Amino acid sequence: MNTAELICPAGTPAALRTAVDAGADAVYCGFQDATNARNFPGLNFTPEELRESVAYAHAKGAKVLLTLNTYPPAGKVDLWRQAADTGARLGIDAFIVADMGVADYVARSHRGIRLHLSVQAAASSPEAIRYYCEHFGVKRVVLPRILTIPEIREVRKEVPCEIETFIFGNHGLMVEGRCSLTNYLTGQSTNMDGVCSPASDVEYTRHDDGSISSQLAGFTIDCFGPDEKAGYPTICKGRYTAPHRSEGYYAFEEPVSLNLSRLLPELIDAGVNAFKIEGRQRSKSYVREVVSAFRHAVDDIRAGRSANVADLVALTEGQKQTQGAFETKKWR
Amino acid sequence: MATVTMDMNVDTISRAHRSGQTALSRLACLLIQPLLSRVVRRIADRHPSLFARLGPHQSTDFLIDPVELPFALHLRPDPKALVLRAVPRAAAPQAGAIIRGRFMLLLELIDSQVDGDAAFFSRHLEVSGDAEAVVRLRNALDDVDGSVAEETAEMFGPPGRSVLTALRRAYPNQSQGHSVR
Repeated sequence: MNTAELICPAGTPAALRTAVDAGADAVYCGFQDATNARNFPGLNFTPEELRESVAYAHAKGAKVLLTLNTYPPAGKVDLWRQAADTGARLGIDAFIVADMGVADYVARSHRGIRLHLSVQAAASSPEAIRYYCEHFGVKRVVLPRILTIPEIREVRKEVPCEIETFIFGNHGLMVEGRCSLTNYLTGQSTNMDGVCSPASDVEYTRHDDGSISSQLAGFTIDCFGPDEKAGYPTICKGRYTAPHRSEGYYAFEEPVSLNLSRLLPELIDAGVNAFKIEGRQRSKSYVREVVSAFRHAVDDIRAGRSANVADLVALTEGQKQTQGAFETKKWR
Repeated sequence: MATVTMDMNVDTISRAHRSGQTALSRLACLLIQPLLSRVVRRIADRHPSLFARLGPHQSTDFLIDPVELPFALHLRPDPKALVLRAVPRAAAPQAGAIIRGRFMLLLELIDSQVDGDAAFFSRHLEVSGDAEAVVRLRNALDDVDGSVAEETAEMFGPPGRSVLTALRRAYPNQSQGHSVR
């Protein structure tokens, strides 16, 4: 049987240690700058922290994957190249990249280090994936969250690299790596600055009736009633009024998280080589709970037992979960 | 030691203004202040790295509001002039960011025993003001190894540990993020 690796998030060194101790096969993380898509305030690693973290992970048999999964603005590639050089010097096990220029630099400059293609590259067809494999030596592709399991099975047959899929966490898929909604409102880019809904532009207002409205750059995104669960202040999960929908509706997506705990055996059978848990912006508590749950599940499957994953709904956005397109294309 | 009544049925966010509250609040602040000063200095000494993650928000005034207690906490995490003081809500300073929830939830957030985003999703945690300041504070505290609550309890020996144990018994479901409304 294919033995899927568990790829886990870390926003801080403490979270990385937590993930490793909870059973991560590999942990992905980034530097404190625009080279990664979770460039959030107070999050991520200094080079010294990464050096110590790599040592910690390697001592416990886990790998460290460095996310360089944003797109350099034209002509401003130095930050990404320097980050790649630093990561290589510190002994990381693989780069996760989205931009072809970054992929080309890593492929030429750091031949001995594996190259993984980020979900931000939005490579979902065999043709696209093969292109990255042939030109940049990509060893693994993280698939966009838009394919059904039968489609993943077919893709796997036609590509010469490993496949990684998300199994839990934020489900803001849109057209991954192409979303410009934050840029439209704030001037900062999810794909080039690494900030989706920058915290500096977010404001919450509590109203007298107990409802709370969330705003981004002065635009109201949602208003949660007193007894409603809340979601992230992201435009794609906002609830809007329109001339034909005066009651307010989710125009793009809903506040909901992906949870594929029930589909793990099918995903392994389809040839998925690695399972990714989203959430570098989340706490150690989240990392501990989610990684532990999926570690047990994957181990159960490997041992031929049925997996019994702990209930994780309390950690999900809006306290709702979905199997998304993995189950059916009709999910929205 | 001051006795603080914790009403387990109080709404997470709203609170009634009762007569005599201000007097009780001032008394509670007076009694707890020496403890807070000692605790915050100890944490700063033992975890100096957390200040780097705060960046420009070392000078931000945070109001941490445990809704069922008779006072709020004013925090300014400036390593050169550290402030953690109990304040009556009516006399609270203008805060750059406000974090509001039940006491044990806030304590468990500091210790990363619960997830802040999940507490926000469930509406057990409210934030207002400068969201970036809140995110930086959360990430700074989340990178602290060990338990700030237990370190604090240890400072006071067996009585401190007993108080922490009693608090955890009083909030049996908090760490699951349920049943606090």
